[in-house]
Amino acid sequence: MLEWLSARVRGFGAPAVDALIKLGFGFRFLSAVLWHSATAFRRFNLIIREVYFTGVLSLVIILVSGLFVGMVLGLQGYDTLQRFGASEALGVLVSLSLLRELGPVVAGLLFASRAGSAITAEIGLMKATEQLAAMEMMAVNPLARVVAPRFWAGVLSMPILAALFSAMGILGGYLVGVVLIGVDAGSFWAQMQSQVDLYNDIGNGLIKSVVFGVAVSIIAVFEGFDAPPTAEGVSGATTRTVVTSSLAILGLDFILTAFMFRGV
Amino acid sequence: MPLSTPAVSADPLVAIDNVTFAYDRRTILKGISLTIPKGKVVAIMGGSGCGKTTLLRLIGGQVKPSKGEVRVAGKVVHELDSDGLYQLRRKMGMLFQFGALFTDMSVFDNVAFQMREHTDLPESMIRDLVLMKLNAVGLRGASKLMPSELSGGMARRVALARAIALDPMLMMYDEPFAGLDPISLGVVGQLIRQLNDALGATSILVTHDVVESLQIVDYVYFVSEGAIVAEGTPDEIRASTEPFVRQFVGGLPDGPVPFQYPAKPYAEELMGLKNA
Repeated sequence: MLEWLSARVRGFGAPAVDALIKLGFGFRFLSAVLWHSATAFRRFNLIIREVYFTGVLSLVIILVSGLFVGMVLGLQGYDTLQRFGASEALGVLVSLSLLRELGPVVAGLLFASRAGSAITAEIGLMKATEQLAAMEMMAVNPLARVVAPRFWAGVLSMPILAALFSAMGILGGYLVGVVLIGVDAGSFWAQMQSQVDLYNDIGNGLIKSVVFGVAVSIIAVFEGFDAPPTAEGVSGATTRTVVTSSLAILGLDFILTAFMFRGV
Repeated sequence: MPLSTPAVSADPLVAIDNVTFAYDRRTILKGISLTIPKGKVVAIMGGSGCGKTTLLRLIGGQVKPSKGEVRVAGKVVHELDSDGLYQLRRKMGMLFQFGALFTDMSVFDNVAFQMREHTDLPESMIRDLVLMKLNAVGLRGASKLMPSELSGGMARRVALARAIALDPMLMMYDEPFAGLDPISLGVVGQLIRQLNDALGATSILVTHDVVESLQIVDYVYFVSEGAIVAEGTPDEIRASTEPFVRQFVGGLPDGPVPFQYPAKPYAEELMGLKNA
């Protein structure tokens, strides 16, 4: 009985200890990336190049998704608001939903799927094809040359992408609410202008997107760097990036929201 | 066992002394000792998984020995701090098994990589140096190609040009002949020898290509199960009666290195299956 119990405890304990070790390793990795970031910033062209790959190439999916999410918000929002005779508040509903929540969260999820997975696959393949080892043997630290620029490119791109997502979403809400359904354009924009607060809504949304950018980027570069150097290893790492990043975004969103919007 | 007293041990650039190394619980090297003298091309041969590449990784400081020490140019590699190790690596070049070219850079940028990272040379001078290195491996005309546009042999030669970019004192080649056609194999072999002599470098060649290697190296170590089992000059190796050397040089399927992976007796296994 005692042995059975001990085996059960070990069964639960081992994965927990492994997860804890990986978390610790992840934080040490983050410290190392930050430590080597000076090199990346001294050669800012490396970061700019990665911003193109992670940010600019993500624009299509972000802008199109933002437009559709905004259009759906316009439809759903109007349907709900008109029951209470408040359809003029559609602009406020669309903009607050996007700026506070959907912009950072959905853009973060899309960023993790599109750019995060690409970063992991690229670094993982560089490891599998010995490009990172070759770099080390050439006395060039891959953390400074490969990892840090990708990390910072993700951190810089994410808030911009979230802002563009929200902007496109508001445009989508306008197209559906004002152009298609016929809500008054003046009310749509005026109520939005009077109700949306720069610090509480836009500022907090921006903070969220920066936090999500840090989380997704560090998970992506870490999983790539830590990937077993095989096809299966890279594939598994890419999957883990998307899953872990998505869960991290949703978990962090709750925590941040709880701190930011208490009774406001 | 040594087939000759290695004249090669005088003034070694690399000295591996009683090194033991294990990946987790799997012991790869068991108290191995060897020396690589300055200016020579030395081959380390042995079957797959015998620890040859691990030796290169130990010399390059990518892994640390569990016991013993590796000295390069008088410095104990695993005792160096990060800066010291990187300083030492600037004097080393390594050709990886499949080239390990940076796939997002052109041939030119691959060869220029170290120059741009470690020197303040103007771009015009880097251009000249890169073209000289590429010319040395016969690929000056391929400078604008991407790695995906190269054949295996060409990729290996570009990687060689990249490895000698800063005129290293020590060149390490990890299976430089693997997967090459006979022409590329001959070209790469001759380049290894010529570049070593032209640069005044020292070269370590990890390979199982016996015929090509014996034509270009000065000395050979045979590694099996993590230990040196034979060594000598190419002529001594060709004339050796050592069973392992005979099996390896002759490409015999069975001998000291058994054909069969350890298993239960065949008949017993078949009967077991039948009864199951």
